[in-house]
Amino acid sequence: MSGKSILKRIDWLTVFIYLALVLIGWVNIYSSTFSESVTSIFDFGTLHGKQLFFIGVSFVAIILTLALEASFYERFSSLLYLISVLLLLGLFVFGKTIAGATSWYDLGFFNLQPSELAKVATALALAKYLSDIQTDIKRRKDQFFAFLVIFIPAILIIPQPDPGSALVFFAMAFVIFREGLPLFYLGIVLLAVLVFLTTLMFGTVWVSIFIGLLMVLFLLLKKKTFKVPVIPMVSAAVIAILFSLSVNFVFNNVFEQRHRDRFSLWLRLEKDPAKLEKIRKTIGYNTYQSEKAIEAGGIFGKGFLEGTRTKGDFVPEQETDYIFSTVGEEWGFLGTSTVVLLFTLLLLRLVYLSERQKNPFSRMYGYGVISILFIHYFINIGMVIGMLPTIGIPLPFFSYGGSGLLFFTLLLFIMLKLDSNRLKEGM
Amino acid sequence: MRKILLSSIIIIIGITFIGRLSYLQIFSFSPDQLLDDPAIKAIYDYPERGYIYDRYGKLLVGNDPAYDVMVIPREVKAIDTLEFCSLLGMEKEQFLKKLKKARIYSPRLPSVLVHQLSKQDYARLQEKMRRYPGFYIQKRSLRYYDTNAAANVLGYISEVNERDLAKNPNYVQGELTGRTGVEKVYEDTLRGRKGIQYIQKDRFNRDIGKYKDGSLDVEPEQGKEITITIDKELQEYGERLMHGKWGGIVAIEPSSGEILTMISGPTYDPSLLVGRKRSRNYSKLHYDSISKPTFDRSISFEKSPGSPFKTINALIALQEGAITPSTTFTCHHGFYIGRNKKGCHCGGGTKNLNNGIYESCNAYFVGVYKKIFEQFPSNSEAMDAWEKHVRSFGLGAYLGSDLHTGRKGSVPNSRMYNKWYGKGDKRWSATTTYSNAIGQGEVNVTPLQLANMTAAIANRGYYITPHILKKIEGKDITNPDFIEPKYTTIDKKHFEPVIQGMADVYHKGTARWVQVPDIEIAGKTGTVENFMVIDSVRTQLTDNSVFVAFAPVDKPKIAIAVYIQNGYFGSRYAGHIASLLIEKYLKRKITRKDLEKKMLTRTLEREYAKPYSGKPFKINERDWSQDEIKNLTKNLQQ
Repeated sequence: MSGKSILKRIDWLTVFIYLALVLIGWVNIYSSTFSESVTSIFDFGTLHGKQLFFIGVSFVAIILTLALEASFYERFSSLLYLISVLLLLGLFVFGKTIAGATSWYDLGFFNLQPSELAKVATALALAKYLSDIQTDIKRRKDQFFAFLVIFIPAILIIPQPDPGSALVFFAMAFVIFREGLPLFYLGIVLLAVLVFLTTLMFGTVWVSIFIGLLMVLFLLLKKKTFKVPVIPMVSAAVIAILFSLSVNFVFNNVFEQRHRDRFSLWLRLEKDPAKLEKIRKTIGYNTYQSEKAIEAGGIFGKGFLEGTRTKGDFVPEQETDYIFSTVGEEWGFLGTSTVVLLFTLLLLRLVYLSERQKNPFSRMYGYGVISILFIHYFINIGMVIGMLPTIGIPLPFFSYGGSGLLFFTLLLFIMLKLDSNRLKEGM
Repeated sequence: MRKILLSSIIIIIGITFIGRLSYLQIFSFSPDQLLDDPAIKAIYDYPERGYIYDRYGKLLVGNDPAYDVMVIPREVKAIDTLEFCSLLGMEKEQFLKKLKKARIYSPRLPSVLVHQLSKQDYARLQEKMRRYPGFYIQKRSLRYYDTNAAANVLGYISEVNERDLAKNPNYVQGELTGRTGVEKVYEDTLRGRKGIQYIQKDRFNRDIGKYKDGSLDVEPEQGKEITITIDKELQEYGERLMHGKWGGIVAIEPSSGEILTMISGPTYDPSLLVGRKRSRNYSKLHYDSISKPTFDRSISFEKSPGSPFKTINALIALQEGAITPSTTFTCHHGFYIGRNKKGCHCGGGTKNLNNGIYESCNAYFVGVYKKIFEQFPSNSEAMDAWEKHVRSFGLGAYLGSDLHTGRKGSVPNSRMYNKWYGKGDKRWSATTTYSNAIGQGEVNVTPLQLANMTAAIANRGYYITPHILKKIEGKDITNPDFIEPKYTTIDKKHFEPVIQGMADVYHKGTARWVQVPDIEIAGKTGTVENFMVIDSVRTQLTDNSVFVAFAPVDKPKIAIAVYIQNGYFGSRYAGHIASLLIEKYLKRKITRKDLEKKMLTRTLEREYAKPYSGKPFKINERDWSQDEIKNLTKNLQQ
């Protein structure tokens, strides 16, 4: 395949959005790690210098990705998956611990995070399994195996501990739904989350009363409108109430204090100002500081390199997980909404690209990419602006981190390669 | 449906994020103010507060450097605690306790370990300080008073409180501001402007360089020194004379309106309100609710002026053509108001303007007052014309001086009497309001107003608003309010006969015992009836002693009003004190030592204790030898 033809067939809109995000991200990393004493942006001793190096590496990776045969990815997805699982297992023996998490291999010049590779591999493997001619997602057994593909890396990652990354794999369940898993499952999960949160906010009693009222309403109206059987509905309600009771138990007896604090901060459960102040200074410090930095930005922001809170490193982890708060302080609402719009546009474009694939593997891989990018974007920005509890995962293409940028790039450009090949495939 | 689901979720999340961001950045946008920004530290460089000098350039208030030993707990390394404690002169336990307290306050921010070292200790410590990391010496500036007088004039400074901070954002916690007196009124001049350096901090509060390369930094500006109109020597002397007496004294230079002295008794040593002991001392003074040392009687004490006010009535009558200097009234040792006879101390007989003034005849002035009313078709018009004249002497309203507080006093008018007695000429008349004739009625004045009124007489028809500021940085003030004369409504020619009467007060009148050799003084005594509610009964106390005077008569250099509570005769305490102060001011020395000794050793404490004794007491005792306190030698020696 000649380079000329790929340049014609690649989806340039996605490429432009990718480049824009990488550029904006780097500018903000530069600002977050800027200090007066450093002069050159190519100083690889600095974080922004290193990031610039990895952007270069990523560009090389893009060329390689596009140069390979599209069928390569489908063929080798199982092998890639196996390698990444082995790498995750190897962490238990050879892993390097950074900030309490044993998630890295020390390769000397940089640290490799195999969970990043595993994301790409799992997306490929899941697509491969689901697109297999023998797989029927309506079958329980096949549903089980599909989930197994997701759960194996996730379960290996949880004890690192890196629950944030593990969550990314669960998000890939969305691909299975797209391919026909009954929405019933999703409904159950959503209901469980809803009951969990409302129980924490309002207590079991109110949740039970509310469910009871819903039941009464359901029984009164059932003959006219619904055709749902009575017994499963009632038993679902009973289970929900029991679940609500167990939530209280788990929250108070199984969770550690720091988890409880995160939830009470997120759901604004704590009303006592003295305790709230304490939470702000301890567990909620990051969120509080990042919200304050974003608020201080206003509509137009303080300007590039003018963010005093950014300069003073008031927001911890600002160049990695909290990079979005730099955008907030220095570029204001204009900057933050631009970034949100770019991500939304990218994701929607990817949905469009996935849907136009004729090859099921490409489509399912596309959904895998969307799931991964979406969950990162959703949780990261949600956390930084104080809408979600603190879960440490990076913002794709933005956050500082070599393996992160490299594998997000691979993830995206494999998709673009598959897309550029769509007319040839399906033969 | 499944195809749309994902897209919808993406769009909904995008909208939610933008909603939340607009809430954070648009609706609850709180721009970081330079001083509130936690990432920026302002380092202040405090200039020295300006000095205050008296009218002759003598220092009144300066600054005293004080040295605090500060500690930044987390920078403290292992040191020889015992040696350091002996250097600081404190116990080891106390040292450790204070260090612990500082650590609890903040391990990163400086705390005061030892307050206000003496200069000797500072000199001893300074060289060795660098051996003790985490400790350093912070220089501060305290007020130093080169006088024990004039506390009410100078005022004091103290740390700003929440209210000051809310009112003026330029203040920072821990700064000092003037509270009363000159320190308050000329706060901005004296304070100068503090220098500010902005430092960018990180979240551990470490300095990481200048903010914006110091482009927003402010250079400190020295506080300006000011010269006030007070005569330090006169003020100190007056306060000694006032020892054990309550009341107010104000002396003014008539030609310029400069306040020469402003004494309030009882007073306190201004040094009491400096430094560490300030708040304890202040409470002690503030809660003395009987003698009220913090209440400035020279400017805030409103009382009936008494007989000195008769001079104003004489001037109004002359101006309105109600009398000539030779118009006479007969005094029958009193006068009749309806069927009631009111007494008069003047001795009786036929009175004209001259002896009416110097013998202070009540009957004469009630007659004059009635004559004024006869010049007008109605009582209301007479009353209001009278009011206008009185107010032109600066009575009944704020003078507009540059003093931090004061009172308006009061002057009655027809509106007030109409309200009291009802409208119409039949309801009230000159007879009803006759007390105004002798300064006992509805007229209330402060000693400052009384002095200013005297200055207006001395100037033969105008006054210059009394003021306390003379120079800033050696340059004379240019404020037209304190330069341009304010004219009274009385023509110049009418003043001479009244002033003659006032001069005769010294020659042959009520103050002939307190004459000053070689100085021609014009004055007027006042003995003011005085009431107080004791156990809900209105009880008469010993009269207030009042005296106004100016000298020399031809070219007045000083106009003075002395108001002594419960001093009885005008000439007894007030007259004595006024004459001593005039002599002191004009001659700079006292020749009449016996008179001086009398004032320095006699106090009115006995008089002031009477209403609180709970026993019946006599008032207006003729014999005043009991006022003498034998062992007041300290007062004499000063």
